[in-house]
Amino acid sequence: MNDTPRADHDHDHTEPPSDLELRVKSLESLLVDKGLVDPEALDALIDRYEHKVGPRNGAQVVAKAWTDPEFKAWLLEDPTAAIESLGFTGRQGEHMVVVENTPERHNMVVCTLCSCYPWPTLGLPPVWYKSAPYRSRAVIDPRGVLREFGTEVSEEVEIRVWDSTSEMRYLVLPERPAGTEGWSEADLARLVTRNSMIGVEKAKSPAELDQT
Amino acid sequence: MNGGHDLGGMHGLGPIDAEPEASEPVFHADWERRVFAMTLACASHGRWTIDGSRHARERQNPADYIRHSYFENWLAGLEKLLVESELVTAEELAQGQPAGPVDAAQAERVLKADKVEPAMTKGGPTLMDVPLEPRFRPGDRVHVRNINPTGHTRSPRYARGKFGTVEVDHGVHVFADKSAHGTREGQHLYGVRFAAQELWGTDASAHDSVRIDLWDDHLEPA
Repeated sequence: MNDTPRADHDHDHTEPPSDLELRVKSLESLLVDKGLVDPEALDALIDRYEHKVGPRNGAQVVAKAWTDPEFKAWLLEDPTAAIESLGFTGRQGEHMVVVENTPERHNMVVCTLCSCYPWPTLGLPPVWYKSAPYRSRAVIDPRGVLREFGTEVSEEVEIRVWDSTSEMRYLVLPERPAGTEGWSEADLARLVTRNSMIGVEKAKSPAELDQT
Repeated sequence: MNGGHDLGGMHGLGPIDAEPEASEPVFHADWERRVFAMTLACASHGRWTIDGSRHARERQNPADYIRHSYFENWLAGLEKLLVESELVTAEELAQGQPAGPVDAAQAERVLKADKVEPAMTKGGPTLMDVPLEPRFRPGDRVHVRNINPTGHTRSPRYARGKFGTVEVDHGVHVFADKSAHGTREGQHLYGVRFAAQELWGTDASAHDSVRIDLWDDHLEPA
């Protein structure tokens, strides 16, 4: 186990199977042969979280909150129900909390103990969110972390870091960018990045959208 | 436990080095997909809780936990849970071959493909309908108890011994520290705010704070 290579994103798929790949294949075949897993269920789980559930869900929630004051009030008051009304519910989103960024406060979410993350709205977490550098530094050096993401927050603004130590799941409601008056929900949703809902970046400006 | 997973405040782990959001895939290798799905599917046997699965990942040599990639830690945790819960034996795991026939009762519990969607949509709420008086109210000053259990705890090391203010009572939730060891007990769960300077000293910003969710057993009146 100690000799397994790191499975980084630069892993070369043309190499022969690593010890790690063989270990996983061996485990799966054991579980299938013992009747403990259904391989089709494994495929369905992978398909669901690779293709169907992701941060576009959260972007819809945010864009609706930006355009519909009643929905926003509900979202802040009873986030689990408000988010469920858009169809985003279930595992790792059973108990939602939405935290609003304002000119006075910037919110940022971490799980220092593991990788807790709101799956129904954001999908599975990115590698950096689960990694030791982010988990160690987010609570002690949030401003340094934000700078690393290119996010400048004035010294006068409170940074509040939410450490997800329970089954409460935190979603940041980013500030609506300037210059978006009259935009439709669908257009606004394009400004809402995954990282802005974790709180390490701000939502895109209209100019930044043009660049992509 | 004071394991390699309890990372808050540690130095020297390097830059975050985030992949660009627009181009980062959900999985970076096929084996990651399989480990992810096997971990979720095996939970359907009801032999362990989510807290038990976290604790299984934590119970590695801290150097291994930190050096391994995320899904390697999931794999190590799953192998441990399968053997400890006697769903597979250590010999079967080593051989990759079943030692006996399929257990029909066990096979009944297997997560089937057509049950994936309802099971994931339902999730596993931890809020409990238990009439239990909260020990603390919003606005109360609290002290995080100095505990160092060798078992599972969700009270992170960097908060222990510190003073904070209860901001919200989330209600009675399954207490993770006991759930990991097989006991389902409800306790009030609170969102507690800590000034960054209380946690990290005067080098921290006077404006910043950290919010942590902690249960009754983690806290005492300040």
